Amino acid sequence: MAKDIPDPIAPEKLIEEVLSAYPAKAAKKRAKHLGVAAPVSEGETEIVSKCDTVKSNIKSVPGVMTIRGCAYAGSKGVVWGPIKDMVHISHGPVGCGHYSWSQRRNYYTGTTGVDSFVTFQFTTDFQEKDIVFGGDKKLEKTIDEINTLFPLAKGISVQSECPIGLIGDDIEAVAKKKKKDINKTIVPVRCEGFRGVSQSLGHHIANDCIRDWVLEAGEGVHEPGPYDVNIIGDYNIGGDAWSSRILLEEIGLNVIASWSGDATLAEIENAPKARLNLIHCYRSMNYICRHMEEKHGVAWMEYNFFGPSQIAASLRAIAAKFDKSIQDKAEAVIAKYQPLVDAVLAKYKPRLEGKSVMLYVGGLRPRHVVTAYHDLGMEIVGTGYEFAHGDDYKRTGEYIKEGTLIYDDVTGYELEKFIEQIRPDLVGSGIKEKYPVQKMGIPFRQMHSWDYSGPYHGYDGFAIFARDMDLAINNPVWGLFDAPWKKSA
Amino acid sequence: MPQSVDKVLDHNKLFHEPEYKQMLENKRAKYENATPAPQVTEILDWTKSWEYREKNLAREALVINPAKACQPLGAVFAAAGYEGTMSFVHGSQGCVAYYRSHLSRHFKEPSSAVSSSMTEDAAVFGGLTNMVEGLANTYALYQPRMIAVSTTCMAEVIGDDLNSFIIQSRDKESIPQDFPVPFAHTPAFVGSHVDGYDNMQKGILTYFWKDAERQETDSINIIPGFDGYAVGNIRELNRILAAMGVDCTILSDVSDVYDTPSDGEFRMYAGGTTLEDTRAALNARATISMQEYCTRKTLEFCADKGQKTAALHYPMGVAGTDELLMTLSELSGKPIPDSLTLERGRLVDAMADSQAYLHGKTYAIYGDPDFVYAMARFVMETGGEPRHCLATNGTKEWAAQMQALLASSPFGQGCQVWAGKDLWHLRSILATEPTDMLIGNSYGKYLQRDLGIPLIRLTFPIFDRHHHHRFPTWGYQGGLNVLVKILDTVLDKIDTDTGTLGETDISFDLTR
Repeated sequence: MAKDIPDPIAPEKLIEEVLSAYPAKAAKKRAKHLGVAAPVSEGETEIVSKCDTVKSNIKSVPGVMTIRGCAYAGSKGVVWGPIKDMVHISHGPVGCGHYSWSQRRNYYTGTTGVDSFVTFQFTTDFQEKDIVFGGDKKLEKTIDEINTLFPLAKGISVQSECPIGLIGDDIEAVAKKKKKDINKTIVPVRCEGFRGVSQSLGHHIANDCIRDWVLEAGEGVHEPGPYDVNIIGDYNIGGDAWSSRILLEEIGLNVIASWSGDATLAEIENAPKARLNLIHCYRSMNYICRHMEEKHGVAWMEYNFFGPSQIAASLRAIAAKFDKSIQDKAEAVIAKYQPLVDAVLAKYKPRLEGKSVMLYVGGLRPRHVVTAYHDLGMEIVGTGYEFAHGDDYKRTGEYIKEGTLIYDDVTGYELEKFIEQIRPDLVGSGIKEKYPVQKMGIPFRQMHSWDYSGPYHGYDGFAIFARDMDLAINNPVWGLFDAPWKKSA
Repeated sequence: MPQSVDKVLDHNKLFHEPEYKQMLENKRAKYENATPAPQVTEILDWTKSWEYREKNLAREALVINPAKACQPLGAVFAAAGYEGTMSFVHGSQGCVAYYRSHLSRHFKEPSSAVSSSMTEDAAVFGGLTNMVEGLANTYALYQPRMIAVSTTCMAEVIGDDLNSFIIQSRDKESIPQDFPVPFAHTPAFVGSHVDGYDNMQKGILTYFWKDAERQETDSINIIPGFDGYAVGNIRELNRILAAMGVDCTILSDVSDVYDTPSDGEFRMYAGGTTLEDTRAALNARATISMQEYCTRKTLEFCADKGQKTAALHYPMGVAGTDELLMTLSELSGKPIPDSLTLERGRLVDAMADSQAYLHGKTYAIYGDPDFVYAMARFVMETGGEPRHCLATNGTKEWAAQMQALLASSPFGQGCQVWAGKDLWHLRSILATEPTDMLIGNSYGKYLQRDLGIPLIRLTFPIFDRHHHHRFPTWGYQGGLNVLVKILDTVLDKIDTDTGTLGETDISFDLTR
């Protein structure tokens, strides 16, 4: 690593330094997004947030290189896209569907192009005439063509791109009309990219459309049982939902729906029949859980399947919602996997202990993976979210230590400066951040896509997580950055 | 329990373990309302039939797996090739996240660009405030030498006027009066990324050339066009130009931008065409485009300024490179040196050595219009037969050019040209009329899986193989790289087909 490690700067000072580069107006705005985790006052019994001073879920400052995406990314890319037996139309110009095509690694089983369509890019490929004259007729024809060419598709969603909401198209009317024509579920989603401030509103809109256009349309056919649960907010990236499901089934629960990783329309329809919603990514799917609680009486709870401490705690908490037979099985499962956990820790902890990590990710990971790193003896020195709300930061307080740097909707400039000054041993963020960080000589893992690895959930996933963090940090390439003839004395 | 610390199984293996297979079968049987397997097989077979092909090719509205992106991607790529330039894309911010990700996934390199982050209020009132504030922030934070402004479709639909917005931003002191801020309107609902490239190039040249007086020099301008192999190709081009002694300016040179070293420093800006050279490029005797369809408006603009112009179709293969050298020689007055004639001979030598494995091989080729043209031309030089040439962003004019090319060789006689078609069309076409090989980009892997036709990745984007773009495909040297890739595919296939011990290995030959 070419650069000498600078003296550690207090996080408060670091924030001050970074803000000084902005024009006054932008500095004032950005100041609200940067903070340092405060100590918890003594005597406080409840978990309080140490980072709720961070302002979140507000507009990004123009021109600063936000890392955020848009509502379309939140709806098509995150919530709807993984539902495998539906066709999801990127409605509008060609780009949005193109860039998001096959990029999220929402694993699924099925025969792609016949009964499953996740790794497809369906688009209405808007041309100038569609902008001028409207795209409703084109949408109708598109739906007919899908119905002809993909007869086993169970339904269709219409994922609106920016122009749709600007040119006054009535996609809801088209959806209603075509539903009658082809007798399949058709869901119009108003997730135009200019709506809201990030992916987050897209999640919310997508949730609302599940409510209005699927759950309201009729009940599923599933016969309810006492141990029925749903996995909610697991997008099966690299198979995460599967390495979670296997544990839930092992403790005696029936996962009747997986939302939305490896999901089918039937699983969406059947979900309200479950006894309990288990929500992993709170940010992207809490809305529909609250709805199912109010409307269908389905209780919900959050859980965390990253790292053995949280897995065991979550399995126990989940089991506590059921009878003793489930609780006994949960203990048996925790015991069964303990030798694997011990072996993973024995192998990897000595290689990773004391290493520092900075995170900058999306929905749940900036807090949920913290304990998995702790399990390996690693420390989190900074964390932040692309699109969190206040309740996410409240939840983050439970996980992080005093003095941790917190950055909301971080800009390219801030992140680079923070990393340069802190020089952590590992950074976990996205594809846009990967290469700049690696150039600086700092190991990196993509924590959206698991850097093409995974799963990271569950016990099976923890072994992979530990292996990956080790191979990132301990690869010899980081020692080759300096040419021998350039090395300083 | 399948997982163990001695041999950690990740997704590649884990889900094929019995515990997981059983779990997934159970999920399918109980909860998915899955279509019964025989019916799935029936439909799968149907999707590969002539009947399905006809329905598929009759599509009028739906586009499936198109091999094209939208204009601003090309604009961001073009702008990246200029010294110290930050792309500022006016409109919704998610688009910029997409372009940056897309380029980084291909080049395995940083890709910097900013957005004016327009939201609902800007949709109603216009994005002027976003532009004024955004330019000031970009200028202060990222200290570029130039900010190149393009647009997302949101800004285009609401009709934001970039020229007026930029003037107002200067007046409000977001950026100095004389700071270079070229711009291009790049509506995503017109054309594709190749047009965005063209528009941004024209925008940049317009900015630097608009008020200047032209005094012709001996210099030549070269515009490379949108090219995933730009890193290798531009360097190869520079080598050729140096060998010829041609004084040349590459307009948008991304070769160092998308190939920065790992030495401890993140370079947001690296290399690129200097602004001084860009300004001086007005005086060049001629401008040559390496890709006609990436530069139609730009070349017109150059011609209007009094320059000679020439448009090539991606200089790959023997005749493609011959044409490049002869064009350069003609426009610069410099002879083609013996060293390049030698290189030509070496490429031809390699082709002669391997011709037996290439003669009569059939190909489907897809990609951007100029790439497809060059690829088909090179394949025919090896005795190969292109059977299907497809460009989703190909026009009628391109199709006519392709037809003329194919008609010029006996090896092109059986080829069909598919302008405006997508990769789901191609699936039907190849299911009914298969070829020996498929040449395209990473998206072609789905066709390889579905139809068993080996894919050769030779054009943007390549996400699932690393570093190919660092090697040239242009010039005679580049031709060798392409030749070897094709040959490796042919020879690997023979080895695979003859590689089962005691069953198929009669012809598992050591020397081929």
